[in-house]
Amino acid sequence: MFDVVAEGSGPLFTDPDADKAREFFRTKTRAMTNKVMTVKEAVERFVHDGDYLITGGFGGDRIPAAVCHEIVRRRKRNLAFAGHTSTHDFQILAAGEVFNRCDVAYVIGLEARGLSPNGRRYMESGKVEVCEWSNYAMACRLKAAATGVSFMPARDLMGTDTFKHSAAKVVECPFTGERYVLHPALWPDVAAIHVHEADVYGNSRIRGISVADIEMARAAKRLIITTERLVPNEVIRQNPDATAIPFFQVDAVCEVPFGSFPGNMPYEYFSDEDHLKLWMKVEKDPEGLKAFLDKYIYNVKDFNEYLGLCGGLERINQLRAEEYLIDTEGGRCSS
Amino acid sequence: MQLMTDHNTMEMMICAAARQLEDGSSVAVGTGAPCAATMLAQKAYAPNLVIIFEAGGVAPLLPTMPISVGDSRTFYKAVMASGMCDVMETLQRGMVDYSFLGGAQIDMYGNLNSTVIGDWAHPKVRLPGSGGANDFGSFAWKIMVITPQDSRRFVEEVDFITTPGYLQGPGTREEAGLCRNSGPHKVITNMAVMGYDPESKRMRVESIHKGHSFGEVQENTGFELLQAPKVVETPEPTPAELRILREEVDPNRYIIGR
Repeated sequence: MFDVVAEGSGPLFTDPDADKAREFFRTKTRAMTNKVMTVKEAVERFVHDGDYLITGGFGGDRIPAAVCHEIVRRRKRNLAFAGHTSTHDFQILAAGEVFNRCDVAYVIGLEARGLSPNGRRYMESGKVEVCEWSNYAMACRLKAAATGVSFMPARDLMGTDTFKHSAAKVVECPFTGERYVLHPALWPDVAAIHVHEADVYGNSRIRGISVADIEMARAAKRLIITTERLVPNEVIRQNPDATAIPFFQVDAVCEVPFGSFPGNMPYEYFSDEDHLKLWMKVEKDPEGLKAFLDKYIYNVKDFNEYLGLCGGLERINQLRAEEYLIDTEGGRCSS
Repeated sequence: MQLMTDHNTMEMMICAAARQLEDGSSVAVGTGAPCAATMLAQKAYAPNLVIIFEAGGVAPLLPTMPISVGDSRTFYKAVMASGMCDVMETLQRGMVDYSFLGGAQIDMYGNLNSTVIGDWAHPKVRLPGSGGANDFGSFAWKIMVITPQDSRRFVEEVDFITTPGYLQGPGTREEAGLCRNSGPHKVITNMAVMGYDPESKRMRVESIHKGHSFGEVQENTGFELLQAPKVVETPEPTPAELRILREEVDPNRYIIGR
């Protein structure tokens, strides 16, 4: 089709074949059935050792924290992970050492909060095979998959070492002769996305920015939705404009109030910066991290118990006030 | 009491950066000092500045500085809460004039490294990677960087080109396939404002902050700097800028107190 002008040397962790993906989606049920289950059940049924996993949101914003915890608690192993706009989600999964392959667009860092000491150790340990990308490159890969084609052309990555260590290829446009990078489609085995509202069938609403979750939900072979709250199907049908994800993409619906904690949930609660600082602090010492994980993840039954350990509703109410800028101390800032 | 004309180096950098953004232009921004500069510009002299965040926030009226590029502040009273593809494609089709980027290392062509220190396969330090930086650096018309002048940051050769500057010099961006007429624009440090020589695409000093000299800037740079035909003194922050910065942009001194 096109002559390949340059190609990255990085590994492809998933198959970009569109027809194979179609064969999979051919078998996926279209039945509008009740998919409500616990996070434990969803992870047991839909996350398997060796799977390629992707999580929605933006690292510390609208993240499926409960699913990340459960994956760690179930001691899943040898996953591949999409380090796409990942921050605290990556931090949780790295702490559990659940993945050994990583598409890296952004990992280790928690943006203005600094670098995760354990995340850094894990990525420097040699235990993780890496392929380099950018955030848009990863979003393009999801977009290609969601579109049902095997690649998406773009104009990033070219000329850089990020490209050299990616699995992208550069070709010349058959119309103009310009060079384009082709990002291979990414069909993750399983995705977890936290949303504001969903019905029992999985029809889901996201308020605020969607990041890459519209594409992700359509690219993923299996999709676990965690939702702040369940709403009746009538609510969805009254305003179909608001549906971000249709039910037939969804395999599990788990009601997890405050499920993005300690991340931000737009229009619901702000991020818990104190708790995120605690994560950073305990990670400095591997033994301290072990004790921390025992306390907050391994020895708790579910996410709600974790929330209780973190201050429960009292803390959530403070974070709600902060989200609505009614903190009399003034707003937050990146420091 | 602190006089409104006294200022620290962070305030100097933020004010110098803010002045680069003209009213009616668009800027893709992250958190930290670039966000402070952008907020200052919007409040002080560029009320029609279009601020865009990679996670999907489009033209917010920032109430406080965001802590994440995707937190709710980034689309507070925005015109649109969109997504990454839409924002990045807005950049790719040429609608975004400026972007602020950072990195652990920068070279004379403005190439940035935020991936590794040392060898990629066996890094001394593994850093986050591109995030949206490679995309911004590929798509925005003009790239700006705010960073301390330090020879460990300004290096002859970056360990890894995460984000493209002028790559290996004139013409190489275009040869690689990147968008024409885009690229590095300014570097703002605690000592100077630098731009790029239009012919050689190499970094050059354009203005030096009061109390510093070209020699000092060069001493803190790991490669040979060029000088603009006329190197001037960087204008100092005005009392009005400092008031807005301190009272409205960063009242808790999270950034300017660094």
